[in-house]
Amino acid sequence: MVGKESFSVRSFRVLTGIVLITWLILPLIPLAIWSFAKGWFFPDLLPKRWSMQAWDYALSDTAGVIDSLWLTIGISLAATALSILVGIPAGRALGMYKFKGKELVELLILAPTIVPGIAVVLGIHSVFISMGLNNTVSGVILVHLIPTLPYMVLVMSGIFANYDPSFEAQARSLGASPIKTFWHVTLPAIMPGIIVGGLFAFLVSWSQYILTLLIGGGRVVTLPLLLFNFATSGRNDITGAIGMIYILPGIIILLLTAKHLSGRSGAVGGFGQI
Amino acid sequence: MSDRLKIALLLAPALSIIGILFFGGLLIGFMRSFNYMPVIGLTDPDLSAYAAVFTSKEFYLSFLLTFHIAFTSTVLSSILAIGAALLLRRTFIGRSLINFLFQLNLTVPHLVGAIGMLYLFSQSGSFARLGAEWNLISKPSDFPAMVFDPYAIGIILQYIWKEVPFIGVIILANMQSLGEDYESVARSLGANKWQAFIHVLMPLIFPGVLSASIIVFAFTFGAYEIPAILGASYPKALPVLAYQKYTDVDLAARPEAMAMAIVIALLSALMIYFYVRYTRRRIRS
Repeated sequence: MVGKESFSVRSFRVLTGIVLITWLILPLIPLAIWSFAKGWFFPDLLPKRWSMQAWDYALSDTAGVIDSLWLTIGISLAATALSILVGIPAGRALGMYKFKGKELVELLILAPTIVPGIAVVLGIHSVFISMGLNNTVSGVILVHLIPTLPYMVLVMSGIFANYDPSFEAQARSLGASPIKTFWHVTLPAIMPGIIVGGLFAFLVSWSQYILTLLIGGGRVVTLPLLLFNFATSGRNDITGAIGMIYILPGIIILLLTAKHLSGRSGAVGGFGQI
Repeated sequence: MSDRLKIALLLAPALSIIGILFFGGLLIGFMRSFNYMPVIGLTDPDLSAYAAVFTSKEFYLSFLLTFHIAFTSTVLSSILAIGAALLLRRTFIGRSLINFLFQLNLTVPHLVGAIGMLYLFSQSGSFARLGAEWNLISKPSDFPAMVFDPYAIGIILQYIWKEVPFIGVIILANMQSLGEDYESVARSLGANKWQAFIHVLMPLIFPGVLSASIIVFAFTFGAYEIPAILGASYPKALPVLAYQKYTDVDLAARPEAMAMAIVIALLSALMIYFYVRYTRRRIRS
């Protein structure tokens, strides 16, 4: 396989690379331009007039974009925290023990990562009515657990599969309480998994649309709902600005975790959901 | 504490949440699709919702469209992703940039990609403007319909944009952990590049490609917001149609919506079956 590659093979590779790079950033370009455009009509390739109007509007106190941003952050943080809390013990059971029915349990936890939200949310909606959970933030946080939790469990079970519990036994034999052992021994060891799994669970919740739309009933307006509304009402400039704000956490998280995104970690499977 | 009890306690919170919300949601949807809901006085299950759905032309058109979207997107994305992974395993100028963009793209929600495609491919979008600049078209309506179109071209392009990096990253990791030894052996035994690819590399990466494409197929079949932004008004993608039926002012349409949700769930159950049957090895490792 080694040996010198011909010039034409190398130039083909570079050319395909250029096409690929262009294609990957292409859809984000008109969004970015629109956010600084003041009217941008056919057939102008670039806006004739530029303006910060869309950004001023999006960042103003009255437009509700900032409120929606905080609401979305809050919902995603809550769904992530709950997923971590519930995902750690489940991951421990699946990663460290062999037991009867383990394959079934794995299947039950895997199912929500493949079955689309629309297939389950209609049923949930008709039950949440009687529980008063529709149109509430708590209801939305609860349904966001459906896509985020399985994912957290899968990441944590991977972490616990390579975890050595003998340190816990040593701490216990030296007189540490179970809580102290968890805090000082277990938690530091599984922290990388919690951070990576948590950041990705956050992104999965961050990208939810139909679950929020139906359970939130139009009262819980997260950023994607706002973005959708502006996009379908033809306010392209404001859509552009909100779109840029909306993809920001993903970029920040990417910069923090780039080395974990290699696809070798099971974590990457969760991106099918975003 | 016995191990059995310990395992049960560790799993209880996660299984209750998934059991109640996910499987509960499915079960309630299933019951309501048969007009059966004792709590609100519906005690005689019937098949009227399924009869209405399976005799409606709109449903079949919608199902075919959705299947076309999911199938075409999955096949094209998988093929392009294999090509991209082959490209990215060699060093060349720009490789690390592509790697970064692949990962960046994974974090961008589908909704943003869909709006991007709308601004690129609509009849007054960037490509139409480019066409006008080069005098290929004189007015927006001369530009071929690529969004809101019957073939769902815009939707498929959006999925390809998002899923090539997703599948590509998985295949690339797969290829890197395999190394090139197998192919080198095949080459030294006289196989040409193409034979080494088809008979040696492809069978090795196939389980990874398959598991990623099953996830992609299920997602593209059940996604709502992408066809809602880029799709034609008739026929609609199945999830869009189901949502529309569910929110119809006529409450009698709700069981029909549930029946469509069950159709989507059954199809994804089939996907889970394939996933477990053919790719179990991958999750275990």
